[in-house]
Amino acid sequence: MADLSCTIAGIPSLNPFWLASAPPTDKKVNVTRAFRAGWGGVVWKTLGIDPPVVNVSSRYGVHHDTNRHALGINNIELISDRPLAVNLQEIRECREEFPDHVIIGSMMAPIEERAWKDLAVRIAEAGVHGLELNLGCPHGMCERGMGSAIGQVPEMVEQVTRWVKQAVDIPVFTKLTPNITNILWSAEAAKRGGADAVSLINTVNSIVSVDLDAMAPTPVVDGKGTHGGYCGSAVKPIALNMVAEIARNPFTADLEISGIGGITTWRDAAEFIALGANGVQVCTAAMLYGFRVVEEMADGLSQWMDEKGVTSLSQLHRMAVPNVVNWNDLNMAYDVKARIDPDMCIECGRCYIACEDTSHQAITMTDLGNGRKRLEVIDAECVGCNLCSITCPVPDCITFERVDAGTQSVTWPDHPLNPQRLVAAE
Amino acid sequence: MTHSVPSLPVISADGHPLTAAQIEQNFSDLHPCLTDLQAMAESNRCLYCYDAPCVTACPTSIDIPGFIRRISTGNPDGAARTILSSNILGGTCARVCPTEVLCQQACVRNRAEDTPVEIGRLQRYAVDHLLENRAAPYPFVRAAETGRRIAVVGAGPAGLACAHALAVNGHSVTLFEAKPKPGGLNEYGLAAYKMTGGFAQQEVDFVLAIGGITIEYGRPLGPDLTLEALRQDFDAVFLGVGLGETNDLGLSGEDKAGVVDAIDFIAGLRQSDDLPSYCSAASVVVIGGGNTAIDAAVQAKRLGAEEVTLVYRRGPQQMGATAYEQDLAATNGVVIRHWAKPVEIKGNGHVEGLVFERTRLDAGRLTDTGRRFEIAADLVLKAIGQSLAPAALSGLTLHGGKIVVDADGQTSLLGVYAGGDCIASGQDLTVQAVEDGKRAAKAIHAALSASQC
Ligand SMILES: Cc1cc2nc3c(=O)[nH]c(=O)nc-3n(C[C@H](O)[C@H](O)[C@H](O)COP(=O)(O)OP(=O)(O)OC[C@H]3O[C@@H](n4cnc5c(N)ncnc54)[C@H](O)[C@@H]3O)c2cc1C
Ligand SMILES: Cc1cc2nc3c(=O)[nH]c(=O)nc-3n(C[C@H](O)[C@H](O)[C@H](O)COP(=O)(O)O)c2cc1C
Ligand code: SF4
Repeated sequence: MADLSCTIAGIPSLNPFWLASAPPTDKKVNVTRAFRAGWGGVVWKTLGIDPPVVNVSSRYGVHHDTNRHALGINNIELISDRPLAVNLQEIRECREEFPDHVIIGSMMAPIEERAWKDLAVRIAEAGVHGLELNLGCPHGMCERGMGSAIGQVPEMVEQVTRWVKQAVDIPVFTKLTPNITNILWSAEAAKRGGADAVSLINTVNSIVSVDLDAMAPTPVVDGKGTHGGYCGSAVKPIALNMVAEIARNPFTADLEISGIGGITTWRDAAEFIALGANGVQVCTAAMLYGFRVVEEMADGLSQWMDEKGVTSLSQLHRMAVPNVVNWNDLNMAYDVKARIDPDMCIECGRCYIACEDTSHQAITMTDLGNGRKRLEVIDAECVGCNLCSITCPVPDCITFERVDAGTQSVTWPDHPLNPQRLVAAE
Repeated sequence: MTHSVPSLPVISADGHPLTAAQIEQNFSDLHPCLTDLQAMAESNRCLYCYDAPCVTACPTSIDIPGFIRRISTGNPDGAARTILSSNILGGTCARVCPTEVLCQQACVRNRAEDTPVEIGRLQRYAVDHLLENRAAPYPFVRAAETGRRIAVVGAGPAGLACAHALAVNGHSVTLFEAKPKPGGLNEYGLAAYKMTGGFAQQEVDFVLAIGGITIEYGRPLGPDLTLEALRQDFDAVFLGVGLGETNDLGLSGEDKAGVVDAIDFIAGLRQSDDLPSYCSAASVVVIGGGNTAIDAAVQAKRLGAEEVTLVYRRGPQQMGATAYEQDLAATNGVVIRHWAKPVEIKGNGHVEGLVFERTRLDAGRLTDTGRRFEIAADLVLKAIGQSLAPAALSGLTLHGGKIVVDADGQTSLLGVYAGGDCIASGQDLTVQAVEDGKRAAKAIHAALSASQC
């Protein structure tokens, strides 16, 4: 079995699977259950300065597909609503009972040096392995000048990170919000502030649905709703891109990354690590399925690593980063055509109508007269967009064949049809 | 979702006859309506095919992917409207169509994983939802009165479908029905456990709610109501009279007590308001190989008969009943015996048994073997086919015992159309009768509209 142990920001972990700062890490009872279930670490639910916040009733909304599968959820909860001392005492107890497991303390404070430094010191004294700075909460806390209100201003990200680094000598993770125009601005600020790692993403600002009877966004609180933080499978693509941007940006490439956002299966975790994450954090998958999902994640990841001959996570780390490039670096001579396997095709016609209505009219559907149909690709029309294979219900029924010689490479800056290139040549 | 398995009949637990409650239970829904949760799971299995083969396979061409997507997106009443706009008796069809040889046989999921989407049950879910939604407006709007009058003979599926489509177009319809109740075989013929809860009448009420249709009961086409008179009094005539006569075995002793037409046995059962005392026969023999024979046998068994034997003179492949129906009989405890035909009815006044002769195929011809056996019976149900009652239909060209029609459903007489079991349109199925009625209504409307200008 492949070795799943890893080190994140200098902290050794039994495996790369940590629970993100959220309700699953709110109390000792949860954390104890999580460690027993196999999670390598937890980022404790964000702690603030007393008095604790007060939450509303009706807190989560959901984006379901038509089969009631939760594509994503959002929440309007605030940070820990229990007194700081209670949390710190429970952290101490968990550290003692589970010395091999990682506990990171998540924290949030108004933009004042003393507030950040005092809170950081108090949490560090409870024995956590590191601190995570919650600069991402996009609802409620930001209206009080915290969370994403700080995370959206690179100067503040840098400042807060520096304050905490000055106050403690344990690793500091700066948790970034995706609710910005360019993730590199906040990642670079975190690095300038001295962060050992960045954690990303926090939740995406959202309204997941409107209750058409109440005529209010969900979750509905006495007839009204507010925007909340979106997470779960649906946000994975957003998170992956942000992780990749940081990993391939020269200034931030050596920042350690705790990848978060929609991680639900071992494959998601592998993708984050391949794109530069040193470890991953999970919240929604645990909330939807319970802590036991970590078993299939760990098993699936090591099974896949064994099959691929990848023996350690450090080997997998950044494996895909060199292949993330700008659009202008793509080879425009590369040419693929769709191939429909007639033996696998169940003749649903989905690829046909998708291509016919919305793409390139590159698929023909012939009635064979015996109740059967034949679907074929017109190579001259097919641009290799993948839409047909995306709509196809049968895996691997539609594949793509490379039809260019494979010997030529031409990028847009050098492309004969690029007007800028022509100008430059003159 | 697992593929639906029909509910099994109760079998006596102690050797005593079934109790009244057990018999009532045996006549509850064979396939209950899907729950919301089941409908969500099943509707999501639909791949929303383009040019979907199930639509082609449905005689009424219901937009199946369209209605299923309406279900999966939380619009069951819209699904029902989609269904009913192609098939006004979509509720009955959902219950009785042999989907295994129609839409579901064509489902591409068969190719992918052997289990089709349960189109019939989703159809029922949608239609039932609309019929039970008191707040839902009637899904059809009648066009302005045209002043044209059409006579429709027979209030079975063909006649009802024709009448409804004509009424939608603003024509006035008079339905002449021989029986005291409408619905045709929906009311008198389909198996009781497929049509529970008075659904046939509920559906007829729904059809008539369009307005512009009046039904005259106890008005058979015949000496007192001739085709000629109808042609004179109305702008067009549609015949949906079904098959009024049953075939005989041609044996002596067929008049013995306890030898009855399966159709009559079923009609009596459908009309009975006291099923537990409807039939006390212990040993039932059913003769025939079609769906009527299967329905009669299964219902006899569910009424509590100890032995039910279905005897067919040919093999399983030649049976008119679908493989699904044959399985249903077997799982209901009906013994099916192939390759035997009745040659003698035994008994003194009341039937006591039947003598059969084994048959076989010799060079494609069914021949007798001379080898005989006997089965005791206190009830014999004859289900060897029905035929057209030709008496009132003089002047119409018939072929093979059925009314000849053209592609529009028009008979050899100008302005007289026909559809359903009384014409040769392929299978004798409810859904085909609906399509025939719909097609004729379209042609009648076109002809009347053309003659107006
Ligand atoms: C026992 C049995 C079980 C069946 N099960 C199924 C099944 O499970 N699924 C399926 O799809 N099909 C089934 N069928 C077939 C289906 O019922 C018929 O195909 C369908 O009812 C034909 O419709 P129709 O309108 O042509 O005729 P019918 O339903 O027979 O209606 C004819 C109507 O015309 C009336 N009528 C007859 N003569 C006259 C006259 N001279 N004047 C005025 N009115 C007259 C009758 O009283 C009746 O109301 C079954 C048939 C039988 C007999
Ligand atoms: C109910 C809920 C509460 C959360 N509270 C916090 C929090 O207190 N501090 C924090 O840093 N992130 C919080 N998050 C964000 C998660 O830690 C995580 O960044 C986000 O949900 C994306 O990961 P996921 O897709 O695996 O859920 C919360 C998320 C949820 C669903
Ligand atoms: S790849 Fe795109 S263009 Fe080519 S056949 Fe498929 S859908 Fe059409």
